Amino acid sequence: MSKLIGRRKMKVASLISRRPIDRLKSSWQLYILLLPSLAYVLLFNYQPMYGLQIAFRDYSPGLGILGSKWVGLKHFMRFVSSAQFKIVVGNTLSLNILALVCGFPLPIILALMLNDCGSLKFKKIVQNATYIPHFISMVVLIGMVINFLSPTTGIITKLITFLGGDPQNYLTKPEWFRPIYILSGIWQETGWGSIIYLAALSGVDPDLHEAAQIDGASRLQRIWHINLPGIQSTIITVFILRCGRIMDVGFEKVFLLQNALNLSSSEVISTYVYRVGLLGAQFSYSAMIGFFNSIINFVMILTINSVIKRISTTSLW
Amino acid sequence: MRENNQRSDQVFAVVNYSLLSIILMVMLYPILFVLSASVSNPDLVNTGNVYIWPRGFNTDGYTTVFEYKAVFIGYRNSFIYTFFGTMLNITLTMTAAFALSRRDLYGRNLLTMIMAFTMWFGGGLIPTFMLVNSLGLVNTPYVMIILGAISIWNMIIARTFIQSSIPFELQEAARIDGCNDFRIFFTIIVPLSVPVIAVLVLFYAAGHWNGYFTALIYLNDLNLRPLQIVLREILIQNQTLDMLDIDEAIDIARRARLAQTMKYSLIVVSSVPMLLLYPFVQRFFIKGIMVGSIKG
Repeated sequence: MSKLIGRRKMKVASLISRRPIDRLKSSWQLYILLLPSLAYVLLFNYQPMYGLQIAFRDYSPGLGILGSKWVGLKHFMRFVSSAQFKIVVGNTLSLNILALVCGFPLPIILALMLNDCGSLKFKKIVQNATYIPHFISMVVLIGMVINFLSPTTGIITKLITFLGGDPQNYLTKPEWFRPIYILSGIWQETGWGSIIYLAALSGVDPDLHEAAQIDGASRLQRIWHINLPGIQSTIITVFILRCGRIMDVGFEKVFLLQNALNLSSSEVISTYVYRVGLLGAQFSYSAMIGFFNSIINFVMILTINSVIKRISTTSLW
Repeated sequence: MRENNQRSDQVFAVVNYSLLSIILMVMLYPILFVLSASVSNPDLVNTGNVYIWPRGFNTDGYTTVFEYKAVFIGYRNSFIYTFFGTMLNITLTMTAAFALSRRDLYGRNLLTMIMAFTMWFGGGLIPTFMLVNSLGLVNTPYVMIILGAISIWNMIIARTFIQSSIPFELQEAARIDGCNDFRIFFTIIVPLSVPVIAVLVLFYAAGHWNGYFTALIYLNDLNLRPLQIVLREILIQNQTLDMLDIDEAIDIARRARLAQTMKYSLIVVSSVPMLLLYPFVQRFFIKGIMVGSIKG
């Protein structure tokens, strides 16, 4: 995973010596096979990047992209100085950082626990049970959350009452938006997230454990000194990838949990772009907000990657 | 020393098993509750008297779900989008993965970079919407099938699988025997990639079946809506009563009484296809996805 982008330089010797034109000719069938996906990526991924220039123009559908007037950073200034800027960016960042801090370590812990669980059968059962929520759709998940938190009949409300708490209508309270978002996310994704660490753990050399056992190391010591370092590079890779999405909050989930009453903590960049851009038809302005979002993500992944490259041997590229 | 360790290891095992058992219960309880509530007596569900197991067995919730025309249309549409969408996904993903797995492909690194760059940067919602709009795809079923036709992430997983699990000597031998690249792809690569294809089918199909974003943005024709949009109206926006299109003979009181149970039944009915697909694919996880994602 650390070497995602074609790093292996091994080449078939006989092919190196030939001229490029011969090599193009000899693999024309490969190009044909690649063509559909390349065409798709160029059209649906790169054309919108070209279209992003409307963020620097006053786009009007009648004039088209190139015909619309160039206005430079006007929309950016407007966004930065708007009252919404602080709220939207603040909500996006705090929601994401909280989700990262709370959610990131759990799959690692679960994987370590499962790895040291003696009974294979029990391990399988727990594994599969924790994977199921991943395949439940966001609409269904939030539908379940809403039903469970219903102030009158919700099963979680009942539990809170039973424990002596004072149940409220949590879904309409801005201060409860983040806990609900994060806890439901933990329920849904922890098990699935642990797969990659379990795979990495299966690659840890058993001889190390044997040697440590002979030296008298306890189970916990072996987890801490052998298993954890063994999956370190996987942890770092997943962490870098996750940081590249620091400004991306899944639109679907936030949008479903959002209502007029909790908007002060639930309005994030993606939902704001949807509201202003598509519903409000302010194309240029919202394209600029989207661009701002992508740039921060992109800079973030480059920064984290280079920082980590300096302090460890693992990095994306 | 040794004895001390044995004791601490025993403590560890007990704590580990207990924690895992708690996790197991926390994971399964919501699912079990939904299943139970969907087949319980609606009055007991409405008053919050179902806790774990079904009470007063009753399948009226399911009957009501199947009376719902919008649910049926959504189900049918989602099936169509998922089936054709996944076929397109697999075709594009595997062909690209095969081509980019070949070290003799001239310009391979550049082409891989062009693909991979889109994982970190994109045009965003508005420019994409403008493109789809100018292509005339808005409010057509095609947008549900074409958009997201290839996930670069999945393509790289498949490419890594081909590189690390299918010996290149096989391709060389076939080449010497006069096999061209098309035939190599169909007779060697595809049959030997079954594990990774199975896993990708699950990923892509779950994406199509469970997603509602594309439909929310690009579709507003009632007859084109996928299941998730219908579900959103019923489960989230609570539009059970005003948009019902079932026989008028069914009285409002009965619908109101069944509203809760029906929601739980609907959750079950809509989640079943993916949960059924999962066990078939599960045995390929290790071979398919783990090899693909771990070995760089």
